[in-house]
Amino acid sequence: MQAKFTAIALSVAAALALGACGKKEEPKPVAAPAAPAPVAKPVIVVKLGHVAPMTGPQAHLGKDNEYGARLAVEELNARGLEIGGATAKFELLAEDDAADPKQGAIVAQKLVDAKVQGVIGHLNSGTTIPASKLYSDAGIPQISGSATNPKYTQQGFKTAFRVMANDVQQGKALGEFAAKQGVKTVAIVDDRTAYGQGLADEFKKAAAAAGIKVVATEYTNDKATDFKAILTKIKSTKPDLVFFGGMDAQGGPMNKQMKELGIKAKFLGGDGVCTPEFMKLGGEATEGNYCSLPGMPLEKLAKGPEFKDKFNKKFGTEIQLYAPYVYDAVMVVADSMKRADSVEPAKYLPEVGKTSYDGVTALIAFDEFGDLKGGAISIYQYKGGKLEYVETLGGGPVGAVKEAAAEVKDAAKAVASTATEAGKDAVKAGAEAVKDAAEATKAAVEKK
Amino acid sequence: MKRHRKVPFLHVTVDLPKMDIFLQQIINGLVQGSIYALVALGYTMVYGIMGLINFAHGEVVMIGTLVTITVASLLIKAGVPLAVAGLAGLVAAVLACMALGWGLERVAYRPLRNAPRLTPLITAIGMSIVLQNVAMIVWGRNYMTFPPVLPKINFELAGAHFTAVQVMIVVVSGLTMSGLVLLVYRTKLGMAMRATAQNPQVASLMGVNSNRVISAAFVIGSALGALAGVMVGTYYEIAHYQMGFMLGLKAFTAAVLGGIGNLAGAMAGGILLGIIEALGAGYIGDLTGGFLGSHYQDIFAFIVLIVVLMFKPSGLFGEKTGDRA
Repeated sequence: MQAKFTAIALSVAAALALGACGKKEEPKPVAAPAAPAPVAKPVIVVKLGHVAPMTGPQAHLGKDNEYGARLAVEELNARGLEIGGATAKFELLAEDDAADPKQGAIVAQKLVDAKVQGVIGHLNSGTTIPASKLYSDAGIPQISGSATNPKYTQQGFKTAFRVMANDVQQGKALGEFAAKQGVKTVAIVDDRTAYGQGLADEFKKAAAAAGIKVVATEYTNDKATDFKAILTKIKSTKPDLVFFGGMDAQGGPMNKQMKELGIKAKFLGGDGVCTPEFMKLGGEATEGNYCSLPGMPLEKLAKGPEFKDKFNKKFGTEIQLYAPYVYDAVMVVADSMKRADSVEPAKYLPEVGKTSYDGVTALIAFDEFGDLKGGAISIYQYKGGKLEYVETLGGGPVGAVKEAAAEVKDAAKAVASTATEAGKDAVKAGAEAVKDAAEATKAAVEKK
Repeated sequence: MKRHRKVPFLHVTVDLPKMDIFLQQIINGLVQGSIYALVALGYTMVYGIMGLINFAHGEVVMIGTLVTITVASLLIKAGVPLAVAGLAGLVAAVLACMALGWGLERVAYRPLRNAPRLTPLITAIGMSIVLQNVAMIVWGRNYMTFPPVLPKINFELAGAHFTAVQVMIVVVSGLTMSGLVLLVYRTKLGMAMRATAQNPQVASLMGVNSNRVISAAFVIGSALGALAGVMVGTYYEIAHYQMGFMLGLKAFTAAVLGGIGNLAGAMAGGILLGIIEALGAGYIGDLTGGFLGSHYQDIFAFIVLIVVLMFKPSGLFGEKTGDRA
C-alpha cells in the first residue's frame, strides 16, 4: 500500500518537473524558425502589467486602454526589440480594477507578486494613487496614460509617471476658457472620485481667479444615471455654465436631463467626457457644448491618423479616449529598457526619467515629479455628433505645428539607427540630439 | 426697465421660483419612484409567496431593456415605424423575461425549495452575477442608446418641466399595480397565490398546484421587470449590462420600506423612496447650511427606512406573518 502511494507521489513529482521543464523550453521554438543562424538568440520575456476597469460603468474605457496596450505590445514583438543581447518578448498581464480603489490595490499586489517588470495604468486616478505606493515599494516603474489627478506624482514616488497633462493644467485651461467665453456664473458638479473631485477643485480655483462666480456645488457618483434632483437645484441658481468633473457615462445623460428640465446653461467638462460615447449618450443635448483633452487632437499629430487607422483595422472599433496615451506609455517603457539595455526595473527606472520619446500623442519627456513636460490642453466642441477642435491652450514645443513634429520625428529616426549600430553610449548621445532637435524646432516655431 | 419698479415686491418674485423648484423635485421623485415601484413589485410578488428574495430581479430588468433595444433597433433599421418597433421590442422583452423568470425558478430555486433559507439567497446572488456576465458577453461593455420610440413632448406646469415619457411612466406603473391587485384578489390564480403564500403545504392539500403557482409568480414578476426595463430605457435612453444592480438594490429597499410581500406597500415604498431621494438631494445642502452636500442624498432615504423599521419592523404596509416573515 505504502509503496503504491510513494510510486504515485513520485510520478506526480516527475510529471510536475517535466511540466516545469516544458515551460522553460517553451520560448526556444518561438525563436528557432526566425533565426536559422547557427546560434539562435535567447528570448527574454518582459512582463508588463496593465490595469483598467474591465467591468462596471467604465468598462468601455478600460477595454479601450487595453487595446492601446495590446497594439503596442504586438508591434514591439513584431519588431523583435533587442535588449541585453536577447530578443525581448513582451507579455501583457491585463487586470481589472473595476474603477474601485480597493480592487485597484488588490490587483496591484497581484502584479507585484507576479514580478512584472513594469505597469501601465491604472485608468482612474482613484485607483492609481493607492496602487502607486505598492509599485513604489516594489520598485516597479508605473506609467499611467490617463490618471490626471496631480496627487499621483506628488507623493514623492520615483516610480510614478504619466504621459498626460495633469488636472492642475487642465483645470486651469478650462477655467481660462470659460472666462474667455464670457461666463459670469457657474455651477459645479463632481462625481466624488479622485479624478472628478480633483478636476472640479482645480477648475473652481481657476474660475474664481478669472472672476467667475460659483453659484452651486453639487455632487453625484460614478454609477448614477439620474441627475434631475441636483440639476433642478442648479436650475434655481440660474448659472451661465454647468461644469462637470466626471466621466462620459454620467455626463451624457446629465446633458440630456439638463435639456429636459429647460436649463439653458452651457456644459463644460474635462477629458472624461470628451468621448464619442458621451455624444452617443447625450444626443442632441450635447450640441454646442465644450470639453477638454490633454494633448493635441490625433488628426493634428504627425503619427495620429496612422495610429487611428491601425487601431480601427486591428480591433474593428473606434478609439474611445486614452488608447493612444496607453500605447505611448508602453512604448516609453520599451524605449527606456532599450536605452538601459536591461529589463530589470531597478536598472531601467533611471532611464524612464530621462525619456525623450516621440510618441503618438506628444514628444514625451518627464519633469522631476514624473509629470509630462509642457503638456498642452485642447478644447473641443460637440458639433453634429463629432468632436470639433477649437483651440490648444498651454504646452511647449509639443503644441507646435505639424512640420515641426515631422522634423523631430526624423531626428528620432536618426537616433534609432545610430542606436542599433553603436550601442549604449550612442543612445545617450542620440537622446541629447533629440533634445537639441526639439529645442531647435521650438526656436523655429517661435520664429514663425 | 419695468423690473426695477417691482423692487418692493422682490421677496414675492424670489419665493415663486422656489415653489416651482419644489414642484419639479416632487415630479422628479414621482417618476423615479414609479420606476422603483415597478421593479419592487417583482421582488414583493416572489417574496410574498415563497419568502425568497430574488436578487437576480434587477438583472431581469436589465435584460428586458437590452432585448428591447436589440429588437427595436433591428426593426427600425428594417424600416418599421418607430411606435410599432417600440411595441414589438416591448413584447419581445416581456416574452424573453417571462422565459428567463421561469427558467431561473426551475434552475436556481426549485431544487432548493426545501433547503435552508440562506441557500436560495446565495444562488440568487450567484444568478445575478451570472446574468450580468452573460449580458456583458452578449451585448458588450459599451453603453447602448435606447432608440427614440416615443415622441419628445415637453410640458410645463407652473414652471416645472416634464416630458411625455415621464407621464407615461407614472400612468403605466399605476395601471400595472391596479392590474396586479385585481389579479391577486379577483382571479382564481390570485386566490391560489394567496393560499400558497399563507401555507404552501395546506394549499397543496387543498388541490393547489404550488409549483405552478410559484412559476406563475416568477413569470408575472419578470414580465413586470421587463416592463420596468423598457420604462427605464425610454426615460434615460441609455442601457448597460450593470444597470440592473443599483436599480435592483434601490427597488429592494423600496419593497422593504413598504413592507415586503405587500403589493400596495411596494408601490408606496417605491414612490416614497423616489420622492425622499429627490427632496434629499435638492434640500440637504440648504438644511445643513452646506455642511452635507447632495452626495449624502442616500442618507435621507436610509434614515427614513431605519426609522420606519424601528417602529414598524415589517414595513409601512407589512402584515405580521409570524414565523414565515
